[in-house]
Amino acid sequence: MKRRGNMLNPFQLLPGPRAHALAWLLTASAATGAGALTLTWARADEQQPAAGLVRWSAEEKAVLASLSLKRLPPAPSDPSNAVEQQPAAVDLGRRLFEDPRLSRNGAVSCASCHDPARQFQDGLAVSRGVGLGTRRAMPIVGAGHATWLFWDGRKDSLWSQALGPLEDAVEHGTNRAHVARRVAQDYPREYEAIFGALPLLEGLPAHASPKGSATEQAAWQAMDPRRRTEVSRVFANAGKAIAAFEKSLPVPPTRLDGYIDAVIRGDRAAGHLLRADEVRGLRLFIGKAQCVSCHNGPLLSDQQFHNTGVPPRNPIRPDRGRAAATTAVQADEFNCLGPFSDARPEQCEELRFMVTDDAALEGAFKTPGLRSVADRPPYMHAGQLSTLEAVVRHYVAAPHAVVGHSELTHRHGGASPPKHVERPPIELTDGEVADLVRFLGTLSTAR
Amino acid sequence: MNRLSAFPLALAALALLPGCASPPNDLDLALTRPGVERRYVVTLQPPARPAAINQLHAWQVQLRTSAGTPVTEARIRVDGGMPQHGHGLPTRPQVTRELPEGRYLVEGMKFSMTGWWEIKLAIDGPSGADQVTFNIVVAESAAGR
Repeated sequence: MKRRGNMLNPFQLLPGPRAHALAWLLTASAATGAGALTLTWARADEQQPAAGLVRWSAEEKAVLASLSLKRLPPAPSDPSNAVEQQPAAVDLGRRLFEDPRLSRNGAVSCASCHDPARQFQDGLAVSRGVGLGTRRAMPIVGAGHATWLFWDGRKDSLWSQALGPLEDAVEHGTNRAHVARRVAQDYPREYEAIFGALPLLEGLPAHASPKGSATEQAAWQAMDPRRRTEVSRVFANAGKAIAAFEKSLPVPPTRLDGYIDAVIRGDRAAGHLLRADEVRGLRLFIGKAQCVSCHNGPLLSDQQFHNTGVPPRNPIRPDRGRAAATTAVQADEFNCLGPFSDARPEQCEELRFMVTDDAALEGAFKTPGLRSVADRPPYMHAGQLSTLEAVVRHYVAAPHAVVGHSELTHRHGGASPPKHVERPPIELTDGEVADLVRFLGTLSTAR
Repeated sequence: MNRLSAFPLALAALALLPGCASPPNDLDLALTRPGVERRYVVTLQPPARPAAINQLHAWQVQLRTSAGTPVTEARIRVDGGMPQHGHGLPTRPQVTRELPEGRYLVEGMKFSMTGWWEIKLAIDGPSGADQVTFNIVVAESAAGR
């Protein structure tokens, strides 16, 4: 009953006719339930209320509070990375993150596609490393909260994720032997202070990896197994340092955080923090536009995989997303259960209880977080849509999926019945689409 | 009970759901149910402390006959999802241990959002196969702080 104070219906406190004549503006403390209601009103027929000052129900306030940065817990600790909290690892990770020597052409670093000046992304539909990629670079802030990394979740930790692009032929295009050499040559003291003695790398091939070119693979196979493990360990540790840096990045507050916190406090200043169209968009976001169904929590992502029928970049060879990734993460030597993980096997519950056999994984991609989303077009997993308006209109149009089945429903002229009868189609007017787009701008950093 | 106090109670029961995804008003939230074949009576026991959204946690299942006798050595498959969203569970929970008196430990449970979830159990026990579906409403209050 703690929340009773927030559940009061102010219309019941007044005689009927007067309630009709007045537009009530209710602010209440939903977080504390202290019962301190502040009621103000203005004559609806005489003047409009201040632009953003509107009444939110107790239920709506609870949903709003769930989106606030204040509700973001610390990122869960990763048992597979024992050094993620060490300042020295954060520092080494920052330097490795920005180091273009960890690439085939000496010109590509993590920061090339995850530019710190651009929210750790590149603004491109698909990323350019030493070659052209097939998916959109994801922002890094908040990634420490994700169970599965990459759009398809083919990695189960931030450190394992960091290793992927290094050995990807079109990203850094390098190999673990080269990375181990660079670390030993350029960061020996920093590395050893965190991870202990470096292995002896004399006589190591310049380029060798189990995942590289035929030459690199042959060189790898020719290496002594113990040396292969030593090299892979240095490589894995480089990833752990990069992960420590990435996890240290703070999530900055947005205009929406300021608004929500004011609403929850019962602070009438909330009315000045957002415009009326933005607040209308917010109401749609948590309401009939259904955005909050998947874009939930303080990072505005459920961290899960969904097929919403986003048109594939290459319709001839459509990207299968999550469906093709579960086997990869299970087989990955750098996963939580692998020899380079610091976790005990029983701590690797996510891998143990991973969904691998659901048809819904076909063509499914991870829900991206929406903080600062307005500042980083283009959108979707391969930058298929160039504006937020196009994104919102995609959910209204709800096209059939090219690969797998879309979770969205649509009347499609009544021709085909909705697949999920319980889920209503997302139907918005042009004005509502505009309000929703305006609202998404409030998810940018407060200035 | 007057209207003002009934209002929050009703909301507390059905929790508060984002947007239009409010669960049906007549949703049966019973945690003890007979199987569709009436072979077993199944009780689903949530953890004592609600888990946070996206946090792995464990539940227990209690199997009895209609006469109340504990059912042991059953195999139980766990499935489910969100009917209003058209997606399944974010994890594949499993019975990892049989506990005394017809109780079974289900590990790997996770809810990725608030709202109405179905938990479906397919039971294969001494009296044959049976299925049961539970409705769970995950509230924001369970989402951890």
